[in-house]
Amino acid sequence: MNYSSYIALIPLLPLAGFVILGLFGKKYFKNSSGVFGCLLLLASTVLSLYAAYHYFFIDGKVGDTYQTLIPIKYTWLSFSDSLSIDMGFVLDPISVMMLVVVSFVSLMVHIFSLGYMKGEERFATYYAFLSLFTFSMLGLVVASNIFQIYIFWELVGVSSYLLIGFYYERPAAVAASKKAFIVTRFADLGFLIGILILGFQSGTLDFSTLIQRLTDRSSPQLLAIASTSFLGISLLTWALTLVFIGGAGKSAMFPLHIWLPDAMEGPTPVSALIHAATMVVAGVYLVARLFPLFHINEASLQVVTWVGATSAFLAALIACTQTDIKRVLAYSTMSQIGYMMFALGVSGYGGENGLGYTASMFHLFTHAFFKSLLFLCAGAVIHLVRSNEMKDMGGLRKLMPITNIAFFIACLAIAGIPPFAGFFSKEEILFAAWQHNPPIYYIGLITSGITAYYMFRLYFSIFWSKPHHSSPDGYRGITHHSEGTMSMKIPLIILAIGTILVGFIPFSNFISSDGKGFVSEMHLTFSTMPVAIALVGILIAYSLYFKQSDRPQKLAASLGGLYETAHRKFYIDEIYLFVTKKIIFNIVGRPAAWIDKNIVDGTMNGIAWTTGRISVLVKGVQSGKVQSYALYFFGGIVVLVILFLYVLK
Amino acid sequence: MSDVPISNILFVSTALFFIGMYGLFTRRNMITMLMAIELILNSVNINFVVFNKYLYPEKLDGIFFAIFIITIAAAEAAVAIAIIINLYRSHRSIDVEKASEMKW
Repeated sequence: MNYSSYIALIPLLPLAGFVILGLFGKKYFKNSSGVFGCLLLLASTVLSLYAAYHYFFIDGKVGDTYQTLIPIKYTWLSFSDSLSIDMGFVLDPISVMMLVVVSFVSLMVHIFSLGYMKGEERFATYYAFLSLFTFSMLGLVVASNIFQIYIFWELVGVSSYLLIGFYYERPAAVAASKKAFIVTRFADLGFLIGILILGFQSGTLDFSTLIQRLTDRSSPQLLAIASTSFLGISLLTWALTLVFIGGAGKSAMFPLHIWLPDAMEGPTPVSALIHAATMVVAGVYLVARLFPLFHINEASLQVVTWVGATSAFLAALIACTQTDIKRVLAYSTMSQIGYMMFALGVSGYGGENGLGYTASMFHLFTHAFFKSLLFLCAGAVIHLVRSNEMKDMGGLRKLMPITNIAFFIACLAIAGIPPFAGFFSKEEILFAAWQHNPPIYYIGLITSGITAYYMFRLYFSIFWSKPHHSSPDGYRGITHHSEGTMSMKIPLIILAIGTILVGFIPFSNFISSDGKGFVSEMHLTFSTMPVAIALVGILIAYSLYFKQSDRPQKLAASLGGLYETAHRKFYIDEIYLFVTKKIIFNIVGRPAAWIDKNIVDGTMNGIAWTTGRISVLVKGVQSGKVQSYALYFFGGIVVLVILFLYVLK
Repeated sequence: MSDVPISNILFVSTALFFIGMYGLFTRRNMITMLMAIELILNSVNINFVVFNKYLYPEKLDGIFFAIFIITIAAAEAAVAIAIIINLYRSHRSIDVEKASEMKW
């Protein structure tokens, strides 16, 4: 079957779902909206899987290279002959892989939400928003034009905003949604400027033309953009760094990560979909899309590497001290995305050199499985306990056997224990880092130990720690069937199976920086080190949290200021608040407000007042008496006649 | 006929014009005001015809203008009377002073 005959349906089905549920959901689909959304997405997922099968195994490959196919493309806005904004549908290894990830995880979340959101007042609205998000994310990954990606980029931002603020009666949720929107919007400004520079310098917005023009060593465009400099840094570096700032905002990279932990105010399945598996990796995807450009510009690639490594490390440290389980997971997401970023940063281009690129995409793929699984498990736990705090949990293993096992598998995967998915992708990342940038390798190694520690701290605190669950209110009416409905268990089981199996996919055969697959070898001796470190992390967590004790408190007390700093998230929120409230508000905001109130408003008010006075003076003329109007008219003519006859002759 | 001096005829038309003007300003009855307007229009007609006749006897432009004005005056009278009838229906009067709602 030809791609163009069905490929557009993949994003359009969720869009149809959004329109139908958004307009008629409350009235006609009060209870069936969930099933309706799931069915549409099921169709979309099947089509994505079929397209992926077709692309990877039948006609994607020409010779030994996966080519870029553009089955659908039409010009939307044409500025000049060469510069236009197109709406296209590009198929290449990474976009096809993302199609599968996005639609599959979204389907799992849709199914999980059937149980989780049951009885919610705005059930249909919830599904409408989920569909909108899925549509935007699918549109983002298949974008053939950098401006198209920007449009969908903003659309996912909006749907993320809507879903974080879904419980809008809670002030914290409203604040979190605003924070997420403003921070990412701020970063997107950088993205937009980057797009404009790239578009202006290369004369095109189309990805393939853009990359081809700017990577060709003899092209005039590359010469122009690389030789022009601003503040001593070449324009290409500026453009790529600005684009990366957009990506960093969306992907919650340090120092623009502050919105992600707060975004956990949204419903938990939403966190699984948007803030773990799909939207937050958009930044990684963007860098991967423009990877040939980043590759020729060493400086911007260094920025990517170090921002990624810093985020991975800092987030892991913060995750160790958080007590809200969703926040721990949020920081762990940030840390894992940091891995993906620096994997791209240490990657070369082409063949074995591009191992980092492959590893990054591989980690993105496996991470989508185990992180959404972790979040959905957390959702199931929260659904039962009605609290996000670790101290309210403990000893849940008997109550929720399936969740327990699924969570355990996901923890092993994220900690990088073989043979689970995370092991394979993390190995590749660390190996690529070791080959190209040893300092980064050591940061990654330490981070992976911390990752294992905080994940198992979480696992033991939720499911073990206490012999049986005994909270003050005593779990009224909870039985063994309280783990949730079937619709909540099935996604957990499917994702757990996925977490076990996806690591065995020979990823490097399919996805590589230049489209030519290669065989990546397992480096067994190399792997012992990270696995050993992860095991040490797990053991520390075991000794501290397996049984309830006061050891964690003692440890925290002995670390003193260090613990406090990490617990307070390195005071980054406070720094932002200080900068905005104390500095920007006082120095920029207040004078601007004064000028606005007194000078701008004053001028306008003065004009309005003067006009008002004058109109009061002259309004008597408009008396409503026709004859006086005629008199004025006649008088005017007489004046004119006199003027023309005697004065202006 | 050509021994009537042009100034006499112009005097008549000027008088007619100002009589019309006076009527327009002093009468409150809208029908009378309409008649006054007709007087003004006709004074203009006289001017057109006279200037045509005395200055360019070989041309017909002024006469055509006069015919146009007569036509327009007829149309205008029809519209004006329609307005007056509507005004009468709503105000039970055709006194122009009573219809002064359209003001500030």
